[in-house]
Parts: sequence; C-alpha cells; structure tokens
Amino acid sequence: MAQIYYLPTHEYIKVEGDTGFIGISEYAAKQLGAVTYVDMPEEGDELAAGEEFGAVESRKAASDLFSPVSGEVLEINEALVDDPKLINNAPLDAWIIKVKINDPEELKSLMDEAAYSDFCAKQH
Amino acid sequence: MNKKLYSPLIFELSHPGRHGADLPDYDYGTRGGLGSHLLRTTALELPETDEPTVVRHYTNSSNNNFGVDTGFYPLGSCTMKYNPKVNEAMVNVAGIAPLHPAQPTSTAQGALKIYRTLEKYLAEIGGMAEFTLNPFAGAHGEYTGLMVIRAYHLSRGDETRQRVIVPDSAHGTNPASAAMAGFEIVEVKSLADGTVDVKDLRSKLDETIAAVMMTNPNTVGMFEKAIPEIAEAVHKAGALLYYDGANLNPMLGVARPGDMGFDVMHINLHKTFSTPHGGGGPGAGPVGVRKGLEQFLPNPRVIEKEDGTLDIDFGDDAFGRVSAWLGNFTVYIKALAYILTLGKDGLAQVGPLATLNANYVMESLKDLYELPIAGPCKHEFVFDGLRDKSTGVTTLNIAKALLDHGFHAPTIYFPLLFHESLMIEPTETETPETLDAFIAVMRDIAQKAKTEPDEVKGAPYTTPISHPDEDEAALSPKLTYAQLK
Amino acid sequence: MSAHRYLPHTQADIERMLERCGAATLDSLYADVPDTLRLKKPYELPEAMTEPELQRYFEALAAKNKAMTIFAGGGFYHHYTPAATPSLISRSEFLTAYTPYQPEISQGTLQYIFEYQSMMCALTGMDVSNASMYDGATATAEAIIMAVNSARRKRRVLISATVAPAVAQVAATYASAAGITLEVIPEDCGITSREAFEEMMGAGDVAGVVVASPNYFGIVEDYSGYAERCHADKALFIMNCHASSLATLRTPGEWGADIACGEAQSLGMPLNYGGPYLGYMCCRQTLMRKLPGRIVGATTDEHGQRSFVLTLQAREQHIRRQKATSNICSNQGIMTLHAAIYLSLMGAEGLRKVNKLGHDAAHALAEALCHTGKVKMKYPDRPFLNEFAIETVSPLDADTMLSALANEGILGGIKLTDDSILVATTEMCTPDDVKRYVSTVKNM
Repeated sequence: MAQIYYLPTHEYIKVEGDTGFIGISEYAAKQLGAVTYVDMPEEGDELAAGEEFGAVESRKAASDLFSPVSGEVLEINEALVDDPKLINNAPLDAWIIKVKINDPEELKSLMDEAAYSDFCAKQH
Repeated sequence: MNKKLYSPLIFELSHPGRHGADLPDYDYGTRGGLGSHLLRTTALELPETDEPTVVRHYTNSSNNNFGVDTGFYPLGSCTMKYNPKVNEAMVNVAGIAPLHPAQPTSTAQGALKIYRTLEKYLAEIGGMAEFTLNPFAGAHGEYTGLMVIRAYHLSRGDETRQRVIVPDSAHGTNPASAAMAGFEIVEVKSLADGTVDVKDLRSKLDETIAAVMMTNPNTVGMFEKAIPEIAEAVHKAGALLYYDGANLNPMLGVARPGDMGFDVMHINLHKTFSTPHGGGGPGAGPVGVRKGLEQFLPNPRVIEKEDGTLDIDFGDDAFGRVSAWLGNFTVYIKALAYILTLGKDGLAQVGPLATLNANYVMESLKDLYELPIAGPCKHEFVFDGLRDKSTGVTTLNIAKALLDHGFHAPTIYFPLLFHESLMIEPTETETPETLDAFIAVMRDIAQKAKTEPDEVKGAPYTTPISHPDEDEAALSPKLTYAQLK
Repeated sequence: MSAHRYLPHTQADIERMLERCGAATLDSLYADVPDTLRLKKPYELPEAMTEPELQRYFEALAAKNKAMTIFAGGGFYHHYTPAATPSLISRSEFLTAYTPYQPEISQGTLQYIFEYQSMMCALTGMDVSNASMYDGATATAEAIIMAVNSARRKRRVLISATVAPAVAQVAATYASAAGITLEVIPEDCGITSREAFEEMMGAGDVAGVVVASPNYFGIVEDYSGYAERCHADKALFIMNCHASSLATLRTPGEWGADIACGEAQSLGMPLNYGGPYLGYMCCRQTLMRKLPGRIVGATTDEHGQRSFVLTLQAREQHIRRQKATSNICSNQGIMTLHAAIYLSLMGAEGLRKVNKLGHDAAHALAEALCHTGKVKMKYPDRPFLNEFAIETVSPLDADTMLSALANEGILGGIKLTDDSILVATTEMCTPDDVKRYVSTVKNM
C-alpha cells in the first residue's frame, strides 16, 4: 500500500516507488468548498521542495499549491481540467500532479497520516 | 418600463441594416489605401441598432441598478455619500472637454489651475506638503505612494528595505499594491479591540522594513489612538508611515494625517470628496507627501512658473510615471466643486456628522446584532452577524433581505477578523429619518430570523433577479455574447 | 436650520441622536483622538460658495482654456461623440452605483460590462476581456506583468521602440518594481527592427513581446511571423492597439497575439485634457485565469433567468491579497458604458467610416503638405491610417510651424523632435480645416 505524507499547507504526496502523486487533503478540500479551477504546471517542469507549483480555486477562495518534494513533473491530471470537483469528491484519488521523487530523504521532514490528523485537529 | 422588449443583450436587439449614428460624407479628394495584408478580414460582429432602441435598452437597464440616488447605500469602507448634481454641471462649465492633453499649456491655464488648486486644498486637508492627482484610483494611489517610498529609500542608498508591514485587518489592496511595488508583506496582528498590536508591530520593525501601511480610523471604525507612538517607532526604525485614505471621511474637521505623523497618503476622491463611483470608476487616488519627499512624486507634475502661469513638467527625476497624462481630469473638477460648495466650515462638519450617524445606527441595533468591538466608533462599525446565531440566518441572508426593503446591503464578510462581518457606514448625508427606517428594517429582519428563518434565508424576493448561480459562473465561465451562443 | 444642504442634521436632530448614543457632544465621540493630534485651527480653505458663485468661479477658469482645431493624436483623438452617449451615461442609476457586489440590484452595471466585454472581444478578435483597466498605459503595464506571471521563471520582456513613449514609460515603471527586465527593441525607419527582434529573442528567456498598431508614428506595421516566433519560445505576443482602428486594421487575433491591450479613448470619448479614458485588456481563452481586474460572467438565477455576476474572483486582491494578479479593485466603470453605447450606435459600419474619414483626411493632408515644399514625410512609403510624421524642411522648424498654426487656432500636431511633428486627423477635421492647415503652412 502506498505511503502518504502531508505538508502543513495541506498538500499530500502519495508515494509509489520513486513516483509521487501530489494533491490536496480531504481537510483542505472541505475548507475550500466546491473547486472551480486547478492551476497546474506543465509536464517536464522541475520543482524544488517547498516551491509553489499551482493553485486550487473555489468561487470565493484560492489556495496556492506547494510541492512536498523536489522532482520533475511527469504528468498532470487532465481529468481535473474538465471536472475540478473531482477534488471534492475524492481528494486522495484526484491527484493533481505526478512527480518523479529525486530524493526520498525529503519525505522524512513531512507529516505522516497520524501526525497530520493531529495537526488538523489543532486548526480550530 | 418594457423590460421584455428592451432588456435582452443589445446584440439581441440588432437588426441588419440599422444604424444609430450618422457621419459626414466628406470628400477629401484623395485615394490612398492600405495593403490588404494589413486589413481586417474577419467579420466584426457589433450590434446594428437604431438610436431609439439603444436609448430604451440602456434606460431600461439602468432601472435594474441601485445607486446613491436610488436610496440608502450603507456599504462599509466605501463612503457612499450623496454625489452633488452641481459637481456634474461644473464639468461642462469648466470647458475642458475639447482640450487635447498635448496642446500648449498656454491654452489650458484654466484646466491647470483646477489641478493645482485641488492639489493645494488636499494638502491643507491632509496636512501634507505636496500632492499629485495623477493616480486613477485608491489602489493606484497606494501603488504610487509605495513607489514614492521605494524611491526615497533608494535615494539614500538604502537598498535593504524590501518589506512592508500591513495590519491583518487591512483592505486586500494594501498587500496587493505593496507586492506590485516589489515589496514583501509582513502582517501585523490586531488586538481584541481591532486596533494594531503595537508590541507585535515593534517586534517586526527593523532595517528591512520600508513602510508601515495603516488606515486611521481602521477598517473596524476604531481610531488607532497609539498612532503617535507607532509613528515614532516607525520613524526610529528608518521606515515611513503610509496612510490609506479609504477612511478619511470621519477625520474631516477633526484631525489631519500629516499631524498624526504619516509621511505619505492617498485620498479617494470618490469617497471623501463625493465624486460618483460610476459602477466601478473612474475614480481618483491623489497621493500626498510630507515635506522632504516632494521630489519623489511621479511625473507629469503641474508646476508654477515665476510669471504666475502654470506648466507641466515631464522631467524624469522622479521614480517614473504611473499614468499617461494628468489622470482622470473630470473627477478633479467634481472634487473641487465639492470643497468649494461646502467651504472650510461645511467640510469641518462632515467628519463629526458621519461619526454621529454611524454611532446612532450602531447604538440602535447592538441589542440584536453582535457588536464585537464596543464603541464609540467613527464613520463605520462592524457587526459579527446576529446575536442569536441559533436561527442559522447568516450575514449573507441579512444583506439579501435588505434589498427587498429598498436598501443597499452593507459590506459583508469583510474585514476578515470576524466570521460574519457586516460593515455599516451611513455617511453624513443621510437624514435621521432614513437611518430610522433602516434601523426598523434591520430590527424587523432580526425578529423574523427567529420566527420565520426560512423566509429570511429565501430573500431577496422582489429584485430583478434572485440567487444567481455563482458557482456555475465560475465553473464554466461565459464571458461574452459569442460564448453564450 | 441645518448647516448645509448636503448635511441634513438640525440642532434638534443632533441632540436627539447624541442622546441615543449616550454622548453629550459631537466632540465626545472623538474622545479617543488625542488632543495633540486635533486640528489646531480652521482649514485654510475658501468660505462656502453658492451655486451661482460656483458657476462664476468655473466660468472664469473656462475663459482661460482655449479649444483648438485638433490635428494632434499620439494615442488620443478628437472623435465625434453621439449625443445619446453622454445622455445615457449620466443616468444616476449608473453613475452613482458602486462596484456591482450585489448582483440582484446591479444587473444594469453587470449587463453593460458584459456587453462591453463582448464588443471588445469582437473588435480585437480575442476570446475574453476584463471589465477594463484605468487607461491604455496601465493596461499595457499589466499585460507585461501578466506575461511574466504566465511564464515560469522567465522575467525578460521586449517592448518595441515604436510603442508610444508615455505607454513605454508607465510600463517601465511597473516593470522595474516587479523585477521585470524590460528591453527596448530598436526602431528602423519608423518600424520595429525585425533583425533586432530576432536577435533579442535568440538571447532567450523572453516571457513577452510588446508591439503597437498603429504604432506611435501612425504606421501600420506588418507583424507577420512575430506571434510564431514568440510562441516558439513560449513567449506571449502582446499588441497595443487603438480600439477604433480595429474595425479596419488586421486585429490582434488575426496577427496571432495572446494579449490585446491599449487605449479605447478613440471610441468617441471626449479628450477632457487627459481623462478619464479607458484601458482595455483582452486575451486568449487559455490565459483567462491570469487576466487581472474585474470580469463579468453570465449565469442563471433560481427562476432560470439569465443573470450576470462578477466572476473568477479568486484571481483578485480581496481574496488573494498579495498574491493577486493585480492590485486593481475597480475598473473604469462608466467609461465602459460609454464604449458599449458608442459601439451600439456606430456599429461596424459606422466605425469603418470613422476610420475611412480619418484615413482620407490624413492622406489628403500629408500629400498637400508635402506639396508645399515646407515639409516632407519623415517615413516615406510607410503605410498609415490617420496619423503620420512629417519633417520640416530648413529653415522651417517644428516650433515655428506649430506656433504659426496655433496662432490660427490649429493644434498642428505633437512635436517629435526639433524638426519633426506627429500629425493626426479624424472625422472631426473637415475638408476646410485641412485646407486651412495647408494654407497656413504654405504661407510660412
């Protein structure tokens, strides 16, 4: 089963081997409301860990997206272009970009599921 | 009104072969001509309409609008005061319509005099040494003011000041303008009473800070009484203090930003000086500076020559240029007419009466609406929704319910300090009778929220449209007639 | 009696209201304003004027302004304004409204902005338009920022030397603050140097390229291949065009541009000594979410009626604060209404006729002026619409020529250099005006 890690800015990365699927957490999707648009990078872009790579917009809010790891963008989720609400329906399935993970060591600085769920609980 | 016939889009009233304007058939006796590769080949789909149809279309359309002339417009932070008719009339009297901006200044002395006179009057009211009228709007004024500040620091060889401090209660344009002017934003917290946390501010002041932006009174309508202390700390740290003039109205006749220690400020002529908002513009955001900063104002500048005539300086010693010419000129005529109509004594009563109106409304409603920051307020105040939250009636519902009673809604969900912000600014031009009628409706809505909450939540009922689907608009945007077809 | 006709409160009103507030005096509402900050003395401003006094005040100022027969342009033109336009835009339901935050009672404003957006897209050949910018110069500056925001990491933008100086200066001001390197593509006999353009593109890292049509010298440049070259490097091609010329000239859409921006004053807006004018900004569909400013979209309400709302607001400063596409939080409001009404009245046919009259007058004037032997074309053989540059033949110089014309009440153009002048015509220049201009020059 894939391992999942989180950033404090609510992005997740689902790790499968040296590939990562990056999206926004269920908590973030709920906070944002109905997603109307996802601003995505292009395939082949090189991202640094912590770098902004796009944004998720709802009608009256917007949230920038930060990359949990450094690596090349292998694929963007084209399905979100036509149906951004997929993010609300199933955030963990509706990944935004697929990246090649350059340095698995970077994952160690991220929150695991338990830590993230504690983190969210403290957000109120 | 015949909405059915004339209210579709003007494109839908188009009929091939009609036209609404006649042009002369001059024969200049020339052939000339442009190569076909330089010419438009695609069809130009503009309406083909006769003049009466155009007039009925836009007249009917205006009936779907609410303006200050229609009724009470208590939109917080927007200072929707009465826009005097004589201001509009003076635009025609001043004879500037046919003046080309490039014509010799000797043929535009009247226009230049208007510009210069208004600059001087604003300097007196703001307590500043000098003003420029060039900026087109409040946000543009903020940007211009911050560029002045940048130029000031750079002129002293001080290149480390790349950050600007903005309170968390500030209008969104403050951080956005600072970012456009190339600064990083540092947020400073507000205290429970809505004023700036001076301790937090002090801790953030260092040699990287170029400026601190503030409004006073702030966006919750409270006077920042620590302002002398703040000004001293800011100046001691080598930074400048910027005054966002969005809330200048209650200060008329009471205090001047220059005397409070502000170095640079802008004024929204379309707020404090009664020029119409025009559904979004044109406004004007003149920028003033204290003594010692005059040389950093942008060009073009109107200057006084030794012989008493006026001229325009296009020199390039300033940081640059934020407008092609001298800005939205007709707006200056209106603002000047307003100042002259009220005169020194009338202007001095504007602030206190605006404040009186705001406190009167606040005191009359605070038993039913949640007042998170106790008064007295200045020109405006913020409720955090209804006191009784159990009904589920939100600020949005209250805003929409007001529309059914012939009132414009207050500003809602701003400032971001509260979840259910409902920001009310009545302005000095409202009669007590209007305020009483508004208060009665607000009380009625609060009562109804208890007895018939669903009725309130369903509002508005009587407006030309109700509950437009904004999610749909954002999800699959249709922004032109062509995209509708 | 109340203090002023704009201030309705009588003394009795004030007392009653203060009582409700639990305050003894108006001044006590300002107890939190330290004495040291209070106004020390009355404003040094004039006493109040009555309406007749005000009328005389402005009449005296008007007497110091002089209307001229205008042959100057430089981006701002003296066009005919159909009488229905000022009449409709002064309707107070439009004029005294604020930004349409409450769509239920702002359909008037929202609908005309939607119509304006549609018309600007039709004119420019682009897909989407915003609700307008302040003026053509700031619109161009924002287009440059938009290009850089759309390109990851690239911060170099090229601007042609044939773009109007005022526009270029405002763009340079905005670019400098935003950390954008704005480089000027030199001019070659009045047009953008293609050689220099190719070379500067070759250096790489270009996010956008800005050109003008017609350019500052009135020349209609051939931009074949520019868009393709830009797109090969993923740079945006930005065209600054006079709005009214687009009924006749090849459009930004047809040239392959990504952003069209510029001044729409030419749509019959009074010169008003510099403003208010109207900046427009349109772009391709794919760039829609990078567009700054207000945007109106169509939707339906709960009864299925077509309705208009402000949309795509997640780009804007009230949501994104410092990360917004721009700090702009308004538009030129009533000037967009002016544009929509003007274009509805003129239609495509009327606009083409405006361009034809301006073109014919300009070509007749240019020909006749050259015929006097006192001046010659500065850029001979370059195609132009309604504006052209001339060079004075020694001993005549630009200042002498312009002041001789001014003595006849003619604004003869804009001085470019000591021996060259930019001359413009519109449908407001009658054949007699043209003859008067020529005979004045002939007699110099």
